[in-house]
Amino acid sequence: MNPLSAAPAAVARQTPQELALSGSWTAFGLGAIGPQLEALPAPAASGLVVDGGRIEALDTAGAWVLQRLLRHLRGEGTAVALRGLRPEFARLLEIVEPQAAAVAPAPPIPSGLEALGRAAAAGFGQAIALLSFVGECAAALAASVAHPARLRWRPILYNIRTAGFDALPIVGLLSFLLGIVVSYQGADQLRQYGANIFVADLVGLSMLREFAPLIVALIVAGRSGSAYAAQIGTMSVTEEIDAMRTLGIAPLDLLVLPKVIALVIALPLLTVFADVLGVFGGMIMARAQLDVSFDEFLVRFVKAVSPTAYLIGVCKAPVFAVIIAVVGCFQGFRTRGGADSVGRQTTLSVVQATFLVIVADALFSVAFSALDL
Amino acid sequence: MANPAPAQEAVIEISQVSTRFGEHVVHAGLDLEVRRAEIFALIGGSGSGKSTLLREMILLQRPDAGSIRVLGTDLGDLGDAETLALRKRWGVMFQHGGLFGSLTVTENIGLPLREHTALADPLIDELASWKLAMTGLEPQVGAQYPSELSGGMLKRASLARALALDPELLFLDEPTAGLDPESAAGVDQLVLKLRDEFGLTIVMITHDLDLLWQVADRVAVLGEGKVQGSGSMAELSATDSPLIRKFFDGPRGRAPSKPK
Repeated sequence: MNPLSAAPAAVARQTPQELALSGSWTAFGLGAIGPQLEALPAPAASGLVVDGGRIEALDTAGAWVLQRLLRHLRGEGTAVALRGLRPEFARLLEIVEPQAAAVAPAPPIPSGLEALGRAAAAGFGQAIALLSFVGECAAALAASVAHPARLRWRPILYNIRTAGFDALPIVGLLSFLLGIVVSYQGADQLRQYGANIFVADLVGLSMLREFAPLIVALIVAGRSGSAYAAQIGTMSVTEEIDAMRTLGIAPLDLLVLPKVIALVIALPLLTVFADVLGVFGGMIMARAQLDVSFDEFLVRFVKAVSPTAYLIGVCKAPVFAVIIAVVGCFQGFRTRGGADSVGRQTTLSVVQATFLVIVADALFSVAFSALDL
Repeated sequence: MANPAPAQEAVIEISQVSTRFGEHVVHAGLDLEVRRAEIFALIGGSGSGKSTLLREMILLQRPDAGSIRVLGTDLGDLGDAETLALRKRWGVMFQHGGLFGSLTVTENIGLPLREHTALADPLIDELASWKLAMTGLEPQVGAQYPSELSGGMLKRASLARALALDPELLFLDEPTAGLDPESAAGVDQLVLKLRDEFGLTIVMITHDLDLLWQVADRVAVLGEGKVQGSGSMAELSATDSPLIRKFFDGPRGRAPSKPK
């Protein structure tokens, strides 16, 4: 019996009193039976004979549909006789019969308002959980500062290498390109006013104050924040986190603090690196588009960009670092269930870290303008 | 499955299968035969190649040499269409369930039907709920996700999915491992019921002595890359090959007279 080549299941009404079933009543052959059954006219009150003699194959799906048809006919008060069924098919039909009464439970579908309420409650719960996670991390950090011997330097150094040193090429390339773009966009406007030399102000201030820390934070959130969430998430799915707790090792000490400390060290360094390459990109574009030589550019750069502007950019980096590391680890710990959840939490960690980094950057701008920096 | 064939017809024929991973030889010219409508168990120590053999039978892995015929088809060189047709005729229950975490239990069970048949969605849901009930799970389990289920429920749900397309042949990988005795006894009954009522051929890997003694018709002992012996548990317990004896004489072994 090859289920794929058999004739599809069919039902035909030869006389008002007789229903002829034929073909292969299997999961593969039943595709078109639904409309046929619905199109059957109401049965005659006198009774109905269902002829199953030409059924070629029957499986549990077919038996289920046949059983349902018989039940439906009998439910309408028709006396139904089934005949001609092969003995092995009749046996299968009997097995399916007692259970055919079980009704599939319909899962409740929440209404729009309920869904909104649930989403709001979940969002609020998550915000509270993030706050308490930040608190736990701060407490763990304070304990580590009180007992510096408890700090785990090996994972810290390892994380500085993977999140910092290994990110140098991508950070360098992107900030270099960003410098070129900023310089190029400014070139047209500056040339119109004959103010070519001010390209140094434009590139220097925008790169050092804003773009370098931001681009570094975004790259690291995508590169390392997601990796933290995926690593911790997978560990919690495979019960490694639970194992760690039962062995008397605080997961925060081993998994979170080293990452936070490593990023707080690595991100300002990456920002300085991005500053240098971004300004270098701007210099190249200035020479090509505006005829500002490297020497002229650097002389103007020193006058235009104060050390404060440089320090403001570098000071943002540790704040971004804490956001990225804490959000990544937090989402990792929230992973429940299986592989699907790991993916979801990883995505969330990147989205939330990016969002919070930009919000923090906006708050910095407000604060600095209030302070006249 | 609806046409019970002669009892001696071979459903799986394995001849001279050899498998190695690098230097490590797993199978060295292994021969095995599984007959229709029998409950066949594979046993053997860790690393004796039981799981590898199972993976080779279900087309997840290829042996380095030898031939495997399943349901009359040689697995040696199959086209995509033949592979798919064959895969629809067997069901596999994995050791850890292998249920998809993003789908509810009912959706998991209905997935093969949705993928491979043209049945209407409501009918698929009904069939899935029925298969769920058949494996002894409560109807409300259907709406839950696999991560919310206990180990025993996961195995039953996984079995329900394996049965979705009414397979002729069922592979079970450690069906009772990690279950409490009561759930394990439930699995024993379920396996017997599937064979008796639906005429399924069942191939399982297990170390559960109750399952072996009370349910399995024939047992094959794997060791040193070959089948060391096969037959009913009573027959095996009467042999004196040392590789087979250790299953009966070890501290947890069981003399043939004790059970039942």
